[in-house]
Amino acid sequence: MSAPLLHIEDLTVHFHTDEGIVEAVDGIQLLVPSGEIVGVVGESGSGKSVTALSILRLIRKPGRIIQGTILFDGRNLLDLSEEEMRPLRGSHISMIFQSPRTSLNPVLSAGWQIERLIRLHKKEKAKGAREQTVQMIRQVGIPSPERIYHEYPHQLSGGMCQRIMIAMALATNPKLLIADEPTTGLDVSIAAQILDLLQEMGRRTGATILLITHDLGVVAGYCDRVAVMHAGQVVESASVKKLFRQPLHPYTMKLIHSVPRVDVDRIMETIPGNVPGLIHPPQGCRFADRCQWVMEICRKTRPPVQTLDGDHLVACYHIGNS
Amino acid sequence: MFAPMMKKEEIEIRLKRFQTLIRRLRRNSLSFGASLVILAIVLIAIFAPFIAPYDPNATDASKAMLSVSRQHLMGTDIYGRDVLSRVIHGARVDLLVALVATLIALGISSFLGSLSGYAGGWLDHLLMRIIDTVMSFPSFILAMGITAALGNNLVNVVIAIAITHIPIYTRLIRGEMLHIREREYAEAARTVGNPTSRIIFYHLLPNCFPPVIVQATLAMGWAILTVAGLSFIGLGIQPPASEWGYMTAEGATYIVSGEWWIFLFPGLAIMITVLAFNMVGDALRDILDPRMRGVS
Amino acid sequence: MGLSRYLFKRLLMVIPTLLGVTLITFTLTYLLPGNPAIVKAGPFATPEHLALMEKEMGLDRPIYVQYWRYLSGVARGDLGQSSSTGRPVLEDFLQRIPATLELTLASLMIAVGLGIPLAVVSAVRRDSFLDHACRIVGVGGVAMPTFWTGILLLYIFFYYFGLAPPPLGRLSSGVPPPASFTGLYTLDSLLTGNFRALGSSLHHLLLPAVTLGFSVMAPLTRMVRATMLEVLSSDYIKAAEASGLPQRQIVYGDALRNTLIPVITLIGVIFGFLMGGNVVVELVFGWPGIGNYAVTSLMSKDAQPIQSFVLFVSVVYVLVNLLVDIAYGLADPRIRLR
Repeated sequence: MSAPLLHIEDLTVHFHTDEGIVEAVDGIQLLVPSGEIVGVVGESGSGKSVTALSILRLIRKPGRIIQGTILFDGRNLLDLSEEEMRPLRGSHISMIFQSPRTSLNPVLSAGWQIERLIRLHKKEKAKGAREQTVQMIRQVGIPSPERIYHEYPHQLSGGMCQRIMIAMALATNPKLLIADEPTTGLDVSIAAQILDLLQEMGRRTGATILLITHDLGVVAGYCDRVAVMHAGQVVESASVKKLFRQPLHPYTMKLIHSVPRVDVDRIMETIPGNVPGLIHPPQGCRFADRCQWVMEICRKTRPPVQTLDGDHLVACYHIGNS
Repeated sequence: MFAPMMKKEEIEIRLKRFQTLIRRLRRNSLSFGASLVILAIVLIAIFAPFIAPYDPNATDASKAMLSVSRQHLMGTDIYGRDVLSRVIHGARVDLLVALVATLIALGISSFLGSLSGYAGGWLDHLLMRIIDTVMSFPSFILAMGITAALGNNLVNVVIAIAITHIPIYTRLIRGEMLHIREREYAEAARTVGNPTSRIIFYHLLPNCFPPVIVQATLAMGWAILTVAGLSFIGLGIQPPASEWGYMTAEGATYIVSGEWWIFLFPGLAIMITVLAFNMVGDALRDILDPRMRGVS
Repeated sequence: MGLSRYLFKRLLMVIPTLLGVTLITFTLTYLLPGNPAIVKAGPFATPEHLALMEKEMGLDRPIYVQYWRYLSGVARGDLGQSSSTGRPVLEDFLQRIPATLELTLASLMIAVGLGIPLAVVSAVRRDSFLDHACRIVGVGGVAMPTFWTGILLLYIFFYYFGLAPPPLGRLSSGVPPPASFTGLYTLDSLLTGNFRALGSSLHHLLLPAVTLGFSVMAPLTRMVRATMLEVLSSDYIKAAEASGLPQRQIVYGDALRNTLIPVITLIGVIFGFLMGGNVVVELVFGWPGIGNYAVTSLMSKDAQPIQSFVLFVSVVYVLVNLLVDIAYGLADPRIRLR
């Protein structure tokens, strides 16, 4: 396993709302080795997107990063000032979002939205930037890039918009690309194409990809490592092989078993209960209410993170039970 | 939201919803204060004869043009009439006109809008074109024209304001109706065999109301401004009636000699009333939020 | 192309709208109390003379014929006769339109020139002092009756401070109007280098324009602020932030652009408020425009001018909205293309 490009340690993010303090992310740890595709999977509200935004320091009022370290390429991003952080955004670390149509500016042409980033981050002049833009559009698999350059987002399909977003993100050759649910809202076949593209581009440019999704199938198909999040905490993280072969955390097990399968004849399982509210979260394990092996200690104290087998992390008092 | 068919459950559920509304309104103290202000003004209007210290029409030449004093908290006008009493009685006129006009507009719009939204087709098309044409007029100008054409009295002002407000409500109700006519409970009502009119007016229409309530509250403010504006121009109110816009017009001629109280207080009354309605309307809109996009 | 189709459709829609407007104003005119034949024939007409006049005016014909006469009259510029001035209404209008135009333009400049920047800054610096002040002014301004604001300002600046001129018109007595090119005294005096007239006309224009401008600015500022806030919280702005663009460029470039485009349509809406407020402001300040004329005629029991005023203003309103829609179609790429 190569050296971690991104190392998040003990990250905690709170949101101060009218109803109370939402503990969106609570002391998480995340290791992203360079050159790999790392997945972050969890239900909605598990804190995946907040984690992604925290890396780019885009958490705004009423959210605040309470504590933690985010080491990127050796530097703690949380120590940087806004002035020092901004040059990293879009050039060293890029991000693509879900719903590509609404993530593109509707009144600017697709090409210009890519080109201005090239001009900004790579300090290219007009002609060079233009050429690189067209090249980039071609690279993400869009035919007749010169024509598409002048089109506006509303004239493009959802899949094409996402390709443009990928072009925007990778045009500056970032070290890390964060993809926040990039296939939500896309047709299944288009989604597969997009993921293939991401994987291909990652290989080609050497970029590390942090893939955030709620879909275990995506994780199984594309990721090297995966972290499972539940209610703002990372409950398990391991290589994809190990996780699917031997899931350790009850939540992970439930997640994997709840994926409908055609080859195994069994009743579709669901995970009982709901994600606990994050405003006054339980002080013990946040999965306790939904867990079938819950013990007294689970409700009292939060289970510490244990490392097994070198790189398989899990936070549970019930390791090995199945 | 759904329209239950049982009478008793219906009442219980509606009551509960109303209580929730009040509770949420209370949370925002500013708008709660505004709703109290509205309540106060309504009470003042209702009990005007008992609250006003003097008869609003009682003239007394010896007491003309007195400035603010302990006996006359808002001074007197050129005929010696107590301004405070006139302002208090003015609440009756302005509120009543605005209210009646709004209710009439709501009544007609509910009928037209729900019919148009439910039936669709050429009826809907025709109605929308008529609505569009009426909305091609700046509303105050149209109100002027209607009042001038029909005759210079308050009833015609009510009609004029109602007419200028019907388009907005009709569009709103029609929009809501388009939304909900395909819902399951509408389908259910149809399959059970309810006559169409019953489906439209009994089952579906009540569910169109929340955004309409918001719009009506905001429109009350506009209605009051329109009444006052028309009266200021001389359309609608006849002297010696006390009405805020008319009183402001009376007072306008005296500022050149420095008598400020005659115009100031009626205008202030208008402003406070309209402000209160706007604040409550805004608060209601925030409470009923996601459905309110696009209503101004 | 999408644009020409959009423009064509829009232009096509204007015709039935204008017809509808004339239909409504015709109905209003038809409803006018009193017999218009008497107005034309004069108070000393004999019954036979009256009958003849009625026949001539087509008052005995069926409604649709009368409507046709009305419509063709309007198209020719015949807006009726004013019983108080004794002249054709159109003539009276033409004489007074420059005054109204000047007031309207000045107020619009104030409302747009102050209102939009204020709204933008208020949205960008949320919860700052400026934002709170802006919101208070917005909420309060919408509730203040325009006529009252005008009188209040007159009281403060004319009576109390003696800074403003008396509400008697566009120029101080003793200052002759400048040579007429546009009819707008401010513009004409500027063009002819007549600084005395310039000073006087500006002095007189100031308070009415501020009154009307502020009353229209309140709803405009609220709407622009709301639009800007919505734009600032949109997905593409978030994405722009994530791509490292400088904050200035995001707010005053990307966000502003997306806000100003729908604001174009707001200008059309604002124009309606402007026209309505025009009437009372002209009255309060003695401004000799068409609104003033229409209302004062009505006070003299002369109802024709006001109906023609309603027609005229509404036609202008429809045309302004047409222009606004055209501008919007040109500005928004979502309409311009496909």
